[in-house]
Amino acid sequence: MKPPPVVYHSPDTVEEAVRLLAEHGAEAKVLAGGQSLVPMLNMRLTAPARLVDVNRLDDLAYVRSDRHGVHVGALARHADVERATHAFETVPLLRQAVRTVAHPTIRNRGTTVGSLVHADPCGEMPAVLALLDGEVLLRSERDGERTVPAADFFVGPMESACRDDEIAVEAYFPRPPGRTGTDWRELSRRNGDYALCGVGTLVRVDDTGAVAAAKAAFIAMGPVPQVVDLTEAAIAGDWSAAAEHAADQLDPEDDIHASAEYRRHLARVLTARSLKAAYEAVAP
Amino acid sequence: MSEQRHQVTVTVNGVTRRAEVPARRLLADYLRMDLGLTGTHLGCEHGVCGACTVLLDGAPVRSCLIFAVSADGHELTTVEGCCETGGALGPVQQAFLECHGLQCGFCTPGFITTITAYLEENPKPTEEEAREAIGGNLCRCTGYQNIVAAVLRAAEIKRERETPHE
Repeated sequence: MKPPPVVYHSPDTVEEAVRLLAEHGAEAKVLAGGQSLVPMLNMRLTAPARLVDVNRLDDLAYVRSDRHGVHVGALARHADVERATHAFETVPLLRQAVRTVAHPTIRNRGTTVGSLVHADPCGEMPAVLALLDGEVLLRSERDGERTVPAADFFVGPMESACRDDEIAVEAYFPRPPGRTGTDWRELSRRNGDYALCGVGTLVRVDDTGAVAAAKAAFIAMGPVPQVVDLTEAAIAGDWSAAAEHAADQLDPEDDIHASAEYRRHLARVLTARSLKAAYEAVAP
Repeated sequence: MSEQRHQVTVTVNGVTRRAEVPARRLLADYLRMDLGLTGTHLGCEHGVCGACTVLLDGAPVRSCLIFAVSADGHELTTVEGCCETGGALGPVQQAFLECHGLQCGFCTPGFITTITAYLEENPKPTEEEAREAIGGNLCRCTGYQNIVAAVLRAAEIKRERETPHE
């Protein structure tokens, strides 16, 4: 099908974009990469009266790293995040996870910040932000800038804390402290499809190589990214036991793609493998 | 109320083209209906099948998931631009012909554009890499074996053509 009629705005500056959203936010949608929004428009699942296209805001097409973490601007495409060597060196989990977001062609257009705001429970990048305790920088005409931590940003399925008069201008992915290994893996019917279950893990070791902290974040296992602290469960280095513990905390749903029980089974298998890989990345 | 129209100017296959379109005009429909470039095919219209893939500033994108207005001022390459200067078959097209990489041909334009861009990035893919490179494109005829073979053959042809003759 074809998208419904819409009034189109193409601001040249962020100031102009937030001014448009202040005036029209309730009936407008921000268009960045459009790889989720445009299918919904084409299928007429949504029909905003206005689109605020931010693709001219070239100043926001950045991926910057410093020793603390990685800053991703609103217009950075998934492919930009994937290719940025400095981002991979600072926060390896970014590339580990973004490579499993859809197909390369979609990653050429879709934006990382857009997928955070979209807040799909099957989306990889929301779980990455949640696992790393990252944050999203929002901007509106009314409040100026405000920063929302990941734990408060994902409100429900397809619902984030970004108000309709706000634009998400940047996401910040902090570098985990100390000697920390990370891993991302997921299972889907075909590469590039939505995952039936996906998990990102983070394992920190102390100077002796013993586990000091462990954590996992899951996608497709609940309404928002599910973060489970596994430090206590993983301290002995028994990855299967830790994975078992993680799966017990999850309450996935049945759908046409997989039963809840199968999803929990996948969580056990993938988490054990993922913790082991994250640990081995930093083990002495 | 009549829909507002926007002037959209793009460079397609090296030629500057313009047309006035409503904001909701998909890039694929702009190419086909407004510019008459019907080589780009629309399959699913929601980004799954890959038939409408074109190159935007050199990178493959789904033209059914971009509005023409968003592409204003950019450079596009469609399947019509994947041939040699003068119109002879490009390396990827030649390889599809040799390897029987198509049957009905509906999905082929998306494969040709995707593979053309991919070989710029990875001129010598392995069979596994070739298979992954076309992972975002659906074909309901061939079973993909011949398309994978065509990716590998296209890489060979491209190398042959780029090697200067002595």
